[in-house]
Amino acid sequence: MYAKIVILKFPPEVAQKALVCQLVKKYDLLFNILSAKISSRKEGVMVMEISSTSRAGFKKGIAFLKEQGVRVSSPEHQIFKDEEICTHCGACTAVCPTQALYIQRPGMEVLFDKEKCSVCEMCIVTCPTRAMGLFTKKTNALV
Amino acid sequence: MNDHKITKTYEQINEKIARGEAVVVTAEEIIGIAKEHGIVEAASQVDVVTTGTFAPMCSSGAFINIGQSKPLVRTSKTWFNNVPAYSGIAAVDCYLGATQPCDDDPLNKRHPGEFNYGGGHVIQDLVAGKTVEIRAESYGTDCYPNRRIEKTMTLKELPNAMLVNPRNAYQNYNCAVNRSDRIKYTYMGTLKPGMGNANYSTSGALSPLFNDPYLKTIGLGTRIFLGGAQGYVTWTGTQHKSAVDRGLNGVPLGPAGTLSVIGDLKQMSPDWLVGQSIRGYGCSLSVGLGIPIPILNEEILKYTAVSDEEIFTQIVDYGYDYPEGVSRSYGQVSYAELKSGTIMVKGQQISTHPLSSMVKARKIAELLKSAIRRSKFLLGQPQHLFVQQ
Repeated sequence: MYAKIVILKFPPEVAQKALVCQLVKKYDLLFNILSAKISSRKEGVMVMEISSTSRAGFKKGIAFLKEQGVRVSSPEHQIFKDEEICTHCGACTAVCPTQALYIQRPGMEVLFDKEKCSVCEMCIVTCPTRAMGLFTKKTNALV
Repeated sequence: MNDHKITKTYEQINEKIARGEAVVVTAEEIIGIAKEHGIVEAASQVDVVTTGTFAPMCSSGAFINIGQSKPLVRTSKTWFNNVPAYSGIAAVDCYLGATQPCDDDPLNKRHPGEFNYGGGHVIQDLVAGKTVEIRAESYGTDCYPNRRIEKTMTLKELPNAMLVNPRNAYQNYNCAVNRSDRIKYTYMGTLKPGMGNANYSTSGALSPLFNDPYLKTIGLGTRIFLGGAQGYVTWTGTQHKSAVDRGLNGVPLGPAGTLSVIGDLKQMSPDWLVGQSIRGYGCSLSVGLGIPIPILNEEILKYTAVSDEEIFTQIVDYGYDYPEGVSRSYGQVSYAELKSGTIMVKGQQISTHPLSSMVKARKIAELLKSAIRRSKFLLGQPQHLFVQQ
């Protein structure tokens, strides 16, 4: 399974079109909406995880969105976990919406799966020892 | 129960420790040993069972003497890195509390507050060897004319510093849920509405007071692992309760016993005293604490062999009940269920999240075990027991 978190920006002229559903219908992709907003200027912003059985299928879906005028980017920031500071208490796992932060049983270590992270930043303010941080990666081409 | 098949004294066990012959296991390891050999045989083999816990323990702090200045001063207000310490004692003594936020903290004015720096963080910085800015004020007297001092010091340079925690090592604690329709930011962590999560905070079978539920071996003078050094139990802690509902194994079914403890801050380590910022609630200090339980007889061994399946707690609503002072349980769950990751409450499946580090608790029990095996840690025989007979 190939999965990636993307940020979709819908200019006002395409914000009213039914496009995301086509990812399922035409390209056999699955999506999980992590955040969706429409601004007062009628622009849409959506953060979602798109998963596919192949990288090629994922690329086709992204190419379709771009053709339709959707601006596609990947999250510029990434969350990191400072292993020197983390005490493995588990407080972050209660607020992580995608279970990117989870507890490995039976050892009860707190682990971080970067691939699942939606960069919501909840862990940064919740971690009592401040072990979670944000860093900017070089924006790499999505497709 | 006076007719024990096995009896050992503190002196006998300490002699074995001094000779490097003591058999020491952790409170997790003893469970299997007791099952395999039976409690009498296990009690004859094992001399000490070690426990451990690492979690925020808000009722903690340090008595610090900052040293005199010229001219002399009797401080009436003292700050460490802008965190105020209680100075109503003489002359340059003060008490720095773990939950005290620094003076310019916005607190919960913009809810939920972040509470990035407080007394717990100062304590961690001190034991990490960092330089701390000290500022103090006084009204001035004939004998102590100085009205204001400022200096920077490290823990090494401070004349005295002792960790004195009036309430640590809670014997059991609530499992917190939120039955309201709004997110709640509590000392039990962030609680999502509609029972979106259940948070709990003990190390279960490894937790010190679960392994000696009636405090038959823990009393004034019991030597313990505290903040990375050797410390002592001084008394029961604040809010200590012994007349509580218990299971057949003697383990309380809700919050019960607590301990007050003391130790030399100068010997402690930032690995085991960690400043905490609890969103929307405040500052605190996570304390690493471990107690060795001497196996004086098979009855004590039976207590130490308790497993997560046999330790229970209550599910408490922090959305409405707890803040309003309503005492109500939404059910009883075992620590085995809590550690599994999900529990059922009123027909709803809820994910469970710890606030107490099992990784660190295990490490404390292991460190204590190895120190006792290497004759570096002798048992402190209690000079007074808190048990009411």
